[in-house]
Amino acid sequence: MSLKHKTAIVGAWEHPTRFAPDKSAFQITAESLHGALLDAGLTLKDVDGILSSGMAGGMGIIALCDYLNIQPNFIDSTSVGGASFVFHVAHAAAAINAGLCNVCAVVFGSTVASRPAGFGGGGADPSDQYEVPFGPTTVGSYAMIAERHMHDYGTTPEQLAEIAVTTRLHASMNPVAKYRNPITINDVLASRIISSPLHLLDCCIISDGGGAVIVTSEERARDMKKKPVYLLGAAETARHTSDGHRDFLETAAFQTGKLAFERAGVTHKDIDMAMIYDSFTITVLVTLENLGFCKRGEGGAFVQGGRLRYDGAFPINTDGGGLSSCHPMMRGMFLLIEATRQLRGECGPRQVKNCLTALVNGTGGALGQRHSGATLILSNQ
Amino acid sequence: MADAPKKYSKPLPQIDEESRPYWEALQRHELYIQKCRDCGELRYYSRAQCGQCLSPSTEWIRCSGRGKVYTFTVTNQNNVAGFRESLPYVMAYVQLDEGVKILTNLVDCAPQQVKIGMPVEVVYEDVTPEVTLAKFRPAR
Ligand SMILES: [Zn+2]
Repeated sequence: MSLKHKTAIVGAWEHPTRFAPDKSAFQITAESLHGALLDAGLTLKDVDGILSSGMAGGMGIIALCDYLNIQPNFIDSTSVGGASFVFHVAHAAAAINAGLCNVCAVVFGSTVASRPAGFGGGGADPSDQYEVPFGPTTVGSYAMIAERHMHDYGTTPEQLAEIAVTTRLHASMNPVAKYRNPITINDVLASRIISSPLHLLDCCIISDGGGAVIVTSEERARDMKKKPVYLLGAAETARHTSDGHRDFLETAAFQTGKLAFERAGVTHKDIDMAMIYDSFTITVLVTLENLGFCKRGEGGAFVQGGRLRYDGAFPINTDGGGLSSCHPMMRGMFLLIEATRQLRGECGPRQVKNCLTALVNGTGGALGQRHSGATLILSNQ
Repeated sequence: MADAPKKYSKPLPQIDEESRPYWEALQRHELYIQKCRDCGELRYYSRAQCGQCLSPSTEWIRCSGRGKVYTFTVTNQNNVAGFRESLPYVMAYVQLDEGVKILTNLVDCAPQQVKIGMPVEVVYEDVTPEVTLAKFRPAR
């Protein structure tokens, strides 16, 4: 049984806030849901599936059902880091296709910038006792991947920096992006090193934010306000320490990219733009390699020369990404929203020309320790 | 042995029944990893069963304590107590001569001297009466 072309994203809305000390994460979530339903021409009464992640502590998604006053027929709070919402769209599609529900809302809200939670310590996972005594950080985990990539393939800080420069250019064309002043490669290299070899400007920003997308069946999608964005293929997995035997430059995307392309029945040449989780510049580079857009080790050359710009040969992260637009701890939601907007032709000055098919790749967790990954292929055809 | 600060404030491992032999060996200044008696797979970190075949039949293998730097990062920013006061520090994966890669810190070496492939050897850091950490320094 294939999920190809069975479901579509019919509503998408990004909360414009980047700093909301006056709102709860639940309120941002509800406002985002409202926005996405208005975008779809639906109401709360139409929603019979709810998917979310990131609710801090407490009762999680049940508290969210309470807050939204919904009694859905399908609930999924798969929580696999920032990629969660990408997983959710695949799960929504499977649930709808299986007849468990008709209209799924994938929702998110976060106040991590205005009310930061503490990091570090740990102790909840079996692996933590082997790691937390040595001072792992999120940046450090990705930095170790960058160091190994540079060692094996001669990838340069300048090549990584170009990813940040391109993303900032895109942010300059997004009125709600948090950082909109263009930067240069030298600006990135001159920013302080947080965890070598990654500079401050190689790292995602921290913001509040939220968003929602609505998924429904292909049949129902035909009657919506906006042009449907069909799901062609999806795949998900995890990568981790592999008993101490991991090949660290192979990421979850290696497996999910291959499967998603097979399931969608399209090839790399068909992809007009991609939304690649940019927690750090290195995340983008190794993800593009693992998805097969270039060979392993060739990512450095691939990202150079403006290829990733909105007007380049392979546009990515046209909203400004997590590096410049927003990163409320979890970014998967915004990959979905921008891909949807691009496929609808709603992106104004940063619109990718002739954008028919897009790829979304979420990476959650810590690349150098354990991470989740999901790939979606979406099309307006 | 590296100097242990008077008051140790970094996070400590939460030792459990699966990991206790590993930590007890470190207290004796010995580094052990596990090997599946059924399929022969070496594993790190310690678990009660094999990650290849789920066999619970496990033997503990004493390591040479020698290996090479697989990858590393010099950390300049970490607000976790204990680490905040010891910046910069080097976090690394060391690939032991036995094959497995383990997360650790590199010590007794200037951060700018660290290179991937550099031979290293274990150094046991007794951080509390109950806990000893396996860190690594350039091989002598
Ligand atoms: Zn085994």
